[in-house]
Amino acid sequence: MSPEHGVAVATALTNYVFPNDLHVLWSLMIVLYPYITGIVAGAFIVSSLFHVFHIESLKPVSRYALVFALAFLAFATAPLLNHLGHPERAMNMMLTPSPTSAMAGFGYIYSAYAVVLILEILFIYRPTLVALKKRAKGGMRLLYGILTMGSDNLSPEALGVDHKITAFLAAIGIPMACTLHGYVGFIFGGVKANPMWATPLMPVIFLLSASVSGIAGIILSYVVIRTYTGKSIDMDCVRTLIKFLWGCFILDFVFEMLEVFSHAYMATHHWEALRDLYLGPLYWSYVVAQVGVFSLIPFVALGILSLVKLSDKIVMKWGAVLSAMILVQVLLMRWNVVIGGQLMSKSERGHAVFHPGFFTKEGIIVSIVIMVLPVVFLWLLSKVFPFWLDDDPAVERQSA
Amino acid sequence: MMREIEQEISRGRRAFIKKVLGGAIAGSLLLVIPAGAMELDKIPEQIPGMRKQKGPFITGKKFAFIVDITRCIGCGSCCVADKNEYKVPDGNYRTWVERYVIDDHDNVYVDSPNGGLDGYQEPRKDLPHPVRDTFFVPKLCNMCEHPSCVQVCPVGATFQTEDGFVLIDYKRCVGCGYCVQACPYSVRFINPETETADKCTWCYHRVRKGLLPACVNVCPVQARKFGDLNDHESEVYKILHQPHVISVLKPDMGNKPSLHYVGLRREVV
Repeated sequence: MSPEHGVAVATALTNYVFPNDLHVLWSLMIVLYPYITGIVAGAFIVSSLFHVFHIESLKPVSRYALVFALAFLAFATAPLLNHLGHPERAMNMMLTPSPTSAMAGFGYIYSAYAVVLILEILFIYRPTLVALKKRAKGGMRLLYGILTMGSDNLSPEALGVDHKITAFLAAIGIPMACTLHGYVGFIFGGVKANPMWATPLMPVIFLLSASVSGIAGIILSYVVIRTYTGKSIDMDCVRTLIKFLWGCFILDFVFEMLEVFSHAYMATHHWEALRDLYLGPLYWSYVVAQVGVFSLIPFVALGILSLVKLSDKIVMKWGAVLSAMILVQVLLMRWNVVIGGQLMSKSERGHAVFHPGFFTKEGIIVSIVIMVLPVVFLWLLSKVFPFWLDDDPAVERQSA
Repeated sequence: MMREIEQEISRGRRAFIKKVLGGAIAGSLLLVIPAGAMELDKIPEQIPGMRKQKGPFITGKKFAFIVDITRCIGCGSCCVADKNEYKVPDGNYRTWVERYVIDDHDNVYVDSPNGGLDGYQEPRKDLPHPVRDTFFVPKLCNMCEHPSCVQVCPVGATFQTEDGFVLIDYKRCVGCGYCVQACPYSVRFINPETETADKCTWCYHRVRKGLLPACVNVCPVQARKFGDLNDHESEVYKILHQPHVISVLKPDMGNKPSLHYVGLRREVV
């Protein structure tokens, strides 16, 4: 027997997984949960780039990004509730939280963020909602009456107050969006028993990937919706978004690689198990898909789109394609962190296997439904909140 | 010649284990199986002073669990007793026994088929090199002084009692599984029947009635020991205060387990 063969045999034989680790507990639902909250946080940051940092070229998507964030925020807890063994007790997390738990704060942070986002939308849209209320009849009139909070006052003083409120909300919204997703990273990063998760870089990586997925979601949906509805696409806006996407992705990808590099370089006793994980069960989903295809290609291509003078058509088309790839990259990252981390047994001597079911309670079909629901809700929201300035009655009235 | 000797030893070991399994399990399980049927109070007190305890909480006690690796024979009686005591669903383990085999190339092979529930009746035959050393390691809740599971539970369903037990309030648990992820020892699982977190309790309900944990009761070789460290006459006190090779699992985690191992090897995780 050759020495190499001997090693191979030994590796296979030493594959010991603690009996309770054979079952991967946090399934697709916990993959989707940080994915959805990340999209929410990222989309909000896009909106804030205009509302707080006054990047004027992002005006066309500044309001849409907020509604987009709300559509996903509404379903951020759906996978969690579906995952819980006792969802009927979920409110205990807010009623009787344990102050030492990294998870107990989520209900508060999520709720506070939801309040800020909803108020921001209502104040930014108030002139529009007032105009729509005047046109509407029946139920829609009642709905707009509620959404305008009973005030039809569009005097310059009132709008000035609105503006101050929205600027304030957007300003506190940025740290809150960062907290929301940095915190989601900490839920994983604080698990000391799992050497793959337990790194202070985890919240940073989660936050950066959140920004990336939110910006990518806005680019893709903006291009698709505007194209589908036959409306013009503001290329200045798309080009600016692509530059931000590239910038954020540089940081995101570099930190993701630094994290693995640090583990490899320090080469503690954990590294052996981590290396076997990356090169074993995660080879295709991590090395090939996440890093090879869906990181390196967008990494280079987004740079080309940002730096090289290209026609609007190419930038629009490839901007959308690369955004879709980035969205896949972030989903793969969530999978590799959440599922991958659990595949490594705490025995550090072996890996479990995980194949998601199709029709199970937390399976692929349910996952697809949960990802489609925000899109359906976004469509419903479009019936109430006009996404674009060019179909906003308040803008027409002002320009007329 | 060497191989023949090894085979002979192996045969002898097998016969011995079979005898132990036949006699000891049957005998020792009798101590546990009727326990549910009869009044626990009628069984003579096994932990001195427990029946004099007044009030809802145990006071003045500091319990410890000791596993003596040098004694365990891997018969699986403890696992059977535990499964019987708690009706643990298949595929989940409140306690299990691992078999360690180290060959002369220093490769470490560990297995725990069915959590050791069936006992290790056959030696491993799939190893490429001659065996240097073998031993069994029973695992159970470490009842940490600084339990990660208590720290992460979002609703306080997992809690630590004054007397050092880490327990679960099954009526509060939301079944999020964060404690399962946080436990460095993987002793927790989500019970598929109750859909709540579950784990070994060191048989708190028995201890309250002055009885030893079920697994301690049935162990035919006294590899599992349980007692009060405040009682200087207890066996656990004596073991922990005498010169022994004693350690805890994953000390670097900082959890400070109350589960101690006599003769723990560096290979054990």
